[in-house]
Amino acid sequence: MGTFIVRRLIASVFLLVVVAAITFAIFFLLPRLAGQTTYSLATQYVGRNPTRSAVLQIEQQLGLNKPLYVQYGHFLKGIVAGEHYTAGPNTVYCPPPCFGYSFKSQLPVWPQMASAIPVTLSLAIGAAVIWLVSGVSIGVLSALKRGSVFDRAAMSVALAGVSLPIFFTGLILLELFVYKWNLLPAPTFVPFFQNPWQWAVNLILPWISLAFLYAALYARLTRAGMLETMNEDYIRTARAKGLPERTVITKHGLRAALTPIVTIFGMDLGLLLGGAIITEFTFGLHGLGLFTIEAIQNQDLPEILGVTLLAAFFIVIANMVVDILYAYIDPRVRH
Amino acid sequence: MVGGDGADAPRAAGKGGRGFARLRARDRGSQGLESAPRGAGTAESAPSGLLDIRDLRIHFPTDDGLVKAVDGVSFTLDRGRTLGIVGESGSGKSVTSLGILGLYNTSNARMSGKIYLGGEDIVAASQARVRELRGSKMAMIFQDPLSSLHPYYTVGNQIAEAYLIHNKVSKKAARAHAADLLNRVGIPQAATRVDDYPHQFSGGMRQRAMIAMALSCDPELLIADEPTTALDVTVQAQILDLISDLQQEYGSAVIMITHDLGVVAELADDILVMYAGRMAEYGSSEDVFVHPGHPYTWGLLGSMPRLDRTRMERLLSIRGTPPSLINVPAGCPFHPRCDYASRTNGRSEKEVPALRPVSPGHLVACHLSTDEQRRIWAERDAVAS
Repeated sequence: MGTFIVRRLIASVFLLVVVAAITFAIFFLLPRLAGQTTYSLATQYVGRNPTRSAVLQIEQQLGLNKPLYVQYGHFLKGIVAGEHYTAGPNTVYCPPPCFGYSFKSQLPVWPQMASAIPVTLSLAIGAAVIWLVSGVSIGVLSALKRGSVFDRAAMSVALAGVSLPIFFTGLILLELFVYKWNLLPAPTFVPFFQNPWQWAVNLILPWISLAFLYAALYARLTRAGMLETMNEDYIRTARAKGLPERTVITKHGLRAALTPIVTIFGMDLGLLLGGAIITEFTFGLHGLGLFTIEAIQNQDLPEILGVTLLAAFFIVIANMVVDILYAYIDPRVRH
Repeated sequence: MVGGDGADAPRAAGKGGRGFARLRARDRGSQGLESAPRGAGTAESAPSGLLDIRDLRIHFPTDDGLVKAVDGVSFTLDRGRTLGIVGESGSGKSVTSLGILGLYNTSNARMSGKIYLGGEDIVAASQARVRELRGSKMAMIFQDPLSSLHPYYTVGNQIAEAYLIHNKVSKKAARAHAADLLNRVGIPQAATRVDDYPHQFSGGMRQRAMIAMALSCDPELLIADEPTTALDVTVQAQILDLISDLQQEYGSAVIMITHDLGVVAELADDILVMYAGRMAEYGSSEDVFVHPGHPYTWGLLGSMPRLDRTRMERLLSIRGTPPSLINVPAGCPFHPRCDYASRTNGRSEKEVPALRPVSPGHLVACHLSTDEQRRIWAERDAVAS
C-alpha cells in the first residue's frame, strides 16, 4: 500500500509538469505558430493603449524572444522560487508560488487566486457533503424499494435536478428565500473561522442549488449501482449465512456499489474546486469561478493561465486521491 | 495451481464410471433396497427425518405469466445421508435449494407446501426465525466460488462473519475459528492465508473456503449447488471427496445438486430426478441407476459418458430442449421429448402422470406401466452394453 501511494504521488507530479507544459504551450507557442510576432503577443499582456516601450519591456520581461523551453523553465522557476517583475517604473516582487504577474491589474496572480480559494472551497465542500449524503441515501432507498411510489417520485425529482440549470434553480431560490420571504441574507462570503454560523447561513442557498444538480445525478448512479450489486452472487452468499438484511445491504451491497461513486465524486469535486463558475456567478460569490470569468472578460492572459493551472492542479490531486481511495476500497487494485 | 490442489489429480479421471460400476456390481446379488427413502409424505403425518419436504411449490408471478419453478416436490432426508437432485438447467433444482434456505420469502415468490427442518416448518416460520436457521442449522455451498465470495473482504473475515452472527464470541475467537476451518478443509498455511482476499486463492481453494464458511456453524443440513461445475476437472474430485469426508465427520445431511450423474453416483444415497419443476423419479441410488423407470432418467443415463462400457458408441442425447416454465406442456411435461409417449394411448398428452411407486420407496411419474418400463430399460441397457 505504501509503495502504491508513493508511485501515485510521483506519477501525479509528473502529470502536473506535463499539464503545465501543455497549458503553457497553448498560451505561448500556439499564437507564435499562428503567425503572431513576439511584439504583438506582448501587446496582449499590457493594458489598453500600451506605449511601445511598455510592450518592449514586457516582451523582455516574459522572455518571449527566447526559446520556448527557456520560457517554460523560467515560468516553473517562478512558481517555486518567486520572480521579480518590472512594471512601468516599479519593480514588483512576486513571491512563490508565483503564477505570473497581471500587467493589466498590476497585481501578481497568486494572491488574487489565494483569496478566492476559500470561497470556492467552502462552496464546493459544503455542497459535496449535501449531495453525497442525500444522493446516495435516496439512491439506495430507491433501489431497495424499486418500483415503489418513493422510487418513482425520487427519480422524477432527480430527472428535474439533472435537467434544471443552476442559474434557474439558484435564481428561484434567491427570489423566494431572500427577496420575497426575507428568510436568508443575500449571499456574501463570511470566512468560516470568522463566524461559522454566518458562513453556513450565507452559503446555504448556493449549496442547495449546486447540490441539487449533483444529488440528482448521484441518486441515479447509486440506484443503478445498487440494483446491479444486489443481484451479485456474493449478496446471495451473505444472505445464506443468515446475516440481517441491513448488514447485507450496507456491508456487502453498498460498499461494492459505492466504488464507482467514489471515482466520480473525486473527479466532480476536483472539477468544482477549479471554480463553480455558474453558481458563483449566480450568487455573486467571489471564488475562482468568478475570478475566471473576470479574467476572460478582461483578456488578462496571466490570470487565465494561472487559474487554468490551478484547476488542473486540483483535478490531478483529486485523481490521485481517488486512485489511493480506490486501492483502499478494492483489494484487487492493491495487488 | 496453489496449495493442495492437484495433489490427487489422477483419481479424478474415472470418477463417474467408477461410482457407477460400484453400484451395478453391488446390484448383481441383492435388490439393495435397504436404503430406500421413505415415500413422499402423506399430508397429515408427523414430520420425519431431519428434512421433510411435502408438496413444495415455488411460483414466480412475472409479466409474461406464472413461472412454476418448483411444482410439487416432496422428499425426506436423514442426518448423515446424501440426496442427489439431478436435472437439466431450469428443472427447478436450484430454486428448490434456495427455497429450503428460505431465500425466497423476501422476494415476490409464492411458496406453498411444507419444509420441515428438525420438525420446524420453514415455509410458515417468520423471516427472523428462518434467518437464525440459515447459516447455523442449514448452509449452502454455491456453484461459482469466485463470484460467490465478496471481493472486498478477506476470506477469514467472511468465514468469521458467518460464525459471529450465530455465536456469541469475540472477533478474535471467530478469526481463530476461521483459520481452524480453513485448515480443516485443506488450505495450507491456513493461519496466514486467512487474511488473504478471494482473488489471491485458486479456484479449488476458493471452493474450499466456501465449504469452510458453510461449515462454520456446524450445520445439520448442507446444500451443495453444483459445487464442482466451475472448477478444473482435477480439482472436482478433491472437492467431492472433501464434502464426503466432512459429511462423515460432522454427520450432516447433504443435498447435492448437479446435472452430472457421475457426481451423484459417487456420493448420493438417494436420487431425485427433476424435470420442469416436478419430480420425475425418486429413489435410492440403486433404484435410479440400475432400474430407472422414467424415460427422462434413461435419457440422462444414456447421455453420460461411461468408462465401464466395453463398446464405444455415440453418446445419446435427449432430443429437444427443456420446456419454458411458463408454458409447461400439457399432460406429462416430458412428452414432447419422449420416445415412448406414443405407447401410452395418448395419456401423456392429456394427463399429468402421478408419482407412483414401482417398488417400495422408488417413485416414478410416468404413464408407462411398471412392466413396460422394466422391459424398455432392459432393452436399452442390453443394447448399450
